[in-house]
Amino acid sequence: MADLSVNICGVDFKNPVIPASGVFGYGREYEELFPLEKLGGIATKGTTLHRRTGNLAPRIAETPSGMLNSVGLQNPGIDHFIESELSYLLTKNLVVLANIAGSTVEECIAVAEKLEQTDVHMIELNISCPNVKQGGAAFGTSCEMAAEVTRQVRKATTKPLVVKLSPNVTSITDIAKAVEDAGADAISMINTLLGMRIDINTGRPVLRNNVGGMSGPAVFPIAVRMVWQAANAVNIPIIGMGGVSSGRDAIELMMAGASAVQVGAAIFTDPFAPVKIIGEMNEFLDSKGISSVKDIIGTVKPW
Amino acid sequence: MKYTQGKYPIMQKKAIANNTYSFVISCPEVAEAAQPGQFVHIRANGFTLRRPVSICGIDKEKGLLRIVFEIRGDGTAEIARLNEGELIDMLAPLGHGFTVDTNFKKVILIGGGIGTPPMLPLAQIYGEKATVITGFRSAGAVILNEDFKKTDAETIICTDDGSFGVHSFVTAPLEKLLNDGAVDAVYACGPMPMLKNIAALCKDKNVGLCEISLEERMACGIGACLGCACRTKRNDEEYFAHVCKDGPVFNAEEVIW
Repeated sequence: MADLSVNICGVDFKNPVIPASGVFGYGREYEELFPLEKLGGIATKGTTLHRRTGNLAPRIAETPSGMLNSVGLQNPGIDHFIESELSYLLTKNLVVLANIAGSTVEECIAVAEKLEQTDVHMIELNISCPNVKQGGAAFGTSCEMAAEVTRQVRKATTKPLVVKLSPNVTSITDIAKAVEDAGADAISMINTLLGMRIDINTGRPVLRNNVGGMSGPAVFPIAVRMVWQAANAVNIPIIGMGGVSSGRDAIELMMAGASAVQVGAAIFTDPFAPVKIIGEMNEFLDSKGISSVKDIIGTVKPW
Repeated sequence: MKYTQGKYPIMQKKAIANNTYSFVISCPEVAEAAQPGQFVHIRANGFTLRRPVSICGIDKEKGLLRIVFEIRGDGTAEIARLNEGELIDMLAPLGHGFTVDTNFKKVILIGGGIGTPPMLPLAQIYGEKATVITGFRSAGAVILNEDFKKTDAETIICTDDGSFGVHSFVTAPLEKLLNDGAVDAVYACGPMPMLKNIAALCKDKNVGLCEISLEERMACGIGACLGCACRTKRNDEEYFAHVCKDGPVFNAEEVIW
C-alpha cells in the first residue's frame, strides 16, 4: 500500500484525487453511491454572490471522447452554500475547495470575504468559466485581468488561494506566472476548452448557448502539455485536471507536474471513477515499488 | 431517492419495431426500488455520456426491469448491440416518477412514439380505470400494442397517417374523453408539442392532475451537474428544475412551455 497523501499549500490530502467543480455538485448525490471520505478532496460547484439560474437548455452535448457543457454557473449563491452545504461537507474528513466565481472583481472579493469567516480549507477562484458572458473566462484570458482579480481576492482572504486557469489562451505560462506573481498559492488547470457542435439537420447549434466547454478524455493530452508547461514556469503547486479517466492518467498528469488531480467528465461515464482512480494509482505505485505518490510529481524526463 | 450503479445481465432482447428494442434485465435491487416514470442511465461503450431510458416494466417479484428504447444516434446504437446474456451497465433507478393514487376512478395515459413505454407500468396499476391513448407516425412505428391489450385498460391507437388505428393526433380522443366525463388524472410522455397541447387541454378542462414526463440532454443523471435544465414555476417564481432529479415527471402546471 503506497502512501497516497499529498500536501498542497500546507493542506494535507489523504490522497490526490478530487472531483472537479461542477461535476459533483456539493457531493450529496454521490454519497448515495460511496462515502465521500474516500476522496482526497472535493471542489464544490462554482458559487457566486447571489443565486444564478444558469443558461437555457440544452446545456450538454456529446463529442468524440468527450462532451460540451454550458451550464452557466447555476448555483444557489454563497450564503446558501455556507449555511446548507459547507458545514455538512466539513464533517466528511476530506479537503473542501470552495470554487467561487463572479461577474466582477468586486463580486469575487465579496464571495471570498464571506468564506473567510468559515472553516473551508481552500478557495478555488474560477477565472475561466467559458459559459458566462461577464467575468469567467474574461478574467482568465488576459494576464492583466487574471493578475488583478487574483491580487484583489488575495487581499480578501487568508485561506490558501488556488486560481483555476483557462486553457483558451495564447500562452498558458504567461497567465500562470501572472497569477503566481499576484499572490496565488496554487494553480488548478485546465478548465474546459471552448467548443461547439451543430445539428446539421436543423442548422442549429446543439447547445442553446451556441458554444460550451469541452471536457473528457479528448482533452487529456492538452491538459498534460499545459500542466507540464506551467509546472516549468511557476514555483507554486499545480492541481491538474482535464480528461483524467484512470489511475494511469492521474499518474501521468502528476509526472507532468501536478501535485493532485481533479476528475470531471469521467464521473459521468462511471460515477465511481474517483474511487477507482485512487485504487489504480495505488496499484501502479506498488507495482513499481514507489512508496509515495509524492515521489512521482514532476518526474517526467523530457527529451 | 435510492439508486445504485452496476452491471446486470440482459435476459431477453427483442426488436419490437424499426430501430426500437426491448430489453428485459435482471437487476433485483433496481427493480425493488423502481417506480413508474423513473428511468435508468445506461453506459454506452466508448461514449462519455450515459443515455437515459425510461422504465417500461417493473417485476419486483422476479427482480426484472424492462426498458424499450429507440436508436437515435451512435450511443443508443451501441447499446442496441448488446445481446442476451451480456451485461448492461446502469445507474438506476433515477428520477421522480408518476404520482399514483389508487383512489382515482378514471385516468388517461398518453404516449407519443418512444414516449409510450413509461405508460405501461401505469396501465398495469390502473387497469380498467385507465384509457391508454398512444400516437405514432405510422403503422410501422406502433409499439407495445399487445402489452397494453394484456392490461385491463381501454386502448386507443392513433397514427399521423392513418395507416393504423385512428387517423388523428392523440389530443382529439383526449378532448373527447375529457368532454365525456370526470377524469381524475392525465399522464403523458412524448414530443414537446404534444405535451404542450395536452397540458393546455387539461388546464382548460380543469383536470385535477396532469403529469408529463420530459426529456433533456443529460450528463450525471442524479442532480449534481445541473445539465438537464427545465424552466418551471415554483411559488410564482421562475426556477430551473432538473429533468434527472426533479423530473423526469413534472406537474404540467409547473412547466414553462
